[in-house]
Amino acid sequence: MFNRLFRYSSYASSWLVLILLVGIFASLYYYASDAIHQFGFWHFVTDPTWEVGEDDEGGVFGGLIPILGTLLSTAIAMIVAVPLAMGIALFLTEIAHEKLIAPVSVAIELLAAIPSIIYGMWALFFLGPILQHLFGGQSNSLLTAGLVLAIMIIPFMAAITRDAMNTTPAVLKESAYAMGATRFEVVKDVIFPYARRGIIGSVILALGRALGETMAVAFVIGGVFRMPESLTQPTISIPVLLANNFGEAADLELSAMFYLALILFAISFGTISIAKFFFLRKEA
Amino acid sequence: MTLAMDTKDFYFTYAGAPAPTLKGINMPIYANKVTALIGPSGCGKSTLLRAWNRIHDVYPGNKYEGEVLLYDEQGGSENILNYTKEDELIKLRQRVGMIFQKPTPFPMSIYDNIAYGLRLAGIKNRSELDERVEKALKGAAIWNEVKDRLKESAMGLSGGQQQRLCIARAVALKPEVLLFDEPTSALDPISTGAIEELISELRSEVTIAIVTHNMQQASRISDYTAFMYLGDLIEFDKTEKIFVNPKEKLTEDYITGRFG
Repeated sequence: MFNRLFRYSSYASSWLVLILLVGIFASLYYYASDAIHQFGFWHFVTDPTWEVGEDDEGGVFGGLIPILGTLLSTAIAMIVAVPLAMGIALFLTEIAHEKLIAPVSVAIELLAAIPSIIYGMWALFFLGPILQHLFGGQSNSLLTAGLVLAIMIIPFMAAITRDAMNTTPAVLKESAYAMGATRFEVVKDVIFPYARRGIIGSVILALGRALGETMAVAFVIGGVFRMPESLTQPTISIPVLLANNFGEAADLELSAMFYLALILFAISFGTISIAKFFFLRKEA
Repeated sequence: MTLAMDTKDFYFTYAGAPAPTLKGINMPIYANKVTALIGPSGCGKSTLLRAWNRIHDVYPGNKYEGEVLLYDEQGGSENILNYTKEDELIKLRQRVGMIFQKPTPFPMSIYDNIAYGLRLAGIKNRSELDERVEKALKGAAIWNEVKDRLKESAMGLSGGQQQRLCIARAVALKPEVLLFDEPTSALDPISTGAIEELISELRSEVTIAIVTHNMQQASRISDYTAFMYLGDLIEFDKTEKIFVNPKEKLTEDYITGRFG
């Protein structure tokens, strides 16, 4: 009796995941269909204009700028965050003195728990002006957005990577040392390959978070519909555009926003699938 | 009888421990012989074995006192406890190899597992690598089983094969001494037999020290046996003597199964 109940309920819960996935995709597609018919795919993703027509009727909507803003800010974040997070994780597993491990680990977990709006405020009032001072351009810019994203995902990535590295059996590391490996060689040849899946998993999760992050980016990316000429110029990203404009949008603009949401969904889904396919394949 | 290593008045204290784990150990390891370390759990036999290639140094804060001499072929010797630089330790570990309790193949191909240590030692030449890999695998009596699958992952081998692979990996570096830390405790009886046979064969080329929980194993494969208890070396002698006619009452009690 309970056996069967348990079985059906676990079946149902796992199907629910698939149903949700398909359902979200379908509803996005449904609301976006007007814009899809109007602009097509290729034209939509290469058009940098976003203009509402006269009397709020129709208009021309292209997704190039927010798509670019999303991809570039995420790219900046990943380029900065991946090496730093790996370094932190390595330090914590292999180099740090025992007395240092606990406080640094706690600090990282606390950083990972800070709500994104706090990062946004901090970047708006503190990080942005500093970057402007250093690199010129504007305080609210692609660079500021990318860096605040990096700062947000570093603790998260470092914590998961550290846990993955910690699962390397001590005896495996000792075997490498026993063959005359240096610390660096043990890290490169034993710890990284052993923890590879966990590390890539952490990078994928962080990537997903960076792509979809709204609040912190909304504070500092500038929120202007403009093609950035350099990294220190403001622009806009998909989540920020959606969050800022949903209140006033109607008809075709609303549909175009759903189209963007669909594209964001596809980008995250695509990158994660590709990453899984390439990096997490079972070894022969 | 030639000495391979000699441990003199050796004390070892783990990081943060209030008292030494090993207290004044004095024992020789004779060249091209198998020396077994036996004793109940916690007696310090693994600790002693792990001191002989300074693998304890992987973790900070452990303390050595006394002398551990490692002899070279000309009869000269160096106190390995004086080594401080990383490259001195690397050289030591290439001369004194180690096999662990559980098989520890690296997550790479069978070939690369063996070639790994050779590459670390600076051997890049393809044909020399091939030759030494083959020789090591033959030396560890596993060549026939793996020669057609050298490029496959070592993780696919059975436990006993993995352990012989690890022995091959250590043998490939042509060490002078091989330390075995309970190498068969995770293996079935047949694999255990294969490893024991291998150890007996290896003796002609390399000096062997082995920690074992299994007294029959010690009596089967070793030439010398050291009995340890609570961090002290109670008795060291030829294996027949230890098992047939031990000097110490404590040794006799342990051998006859009265405690342990």
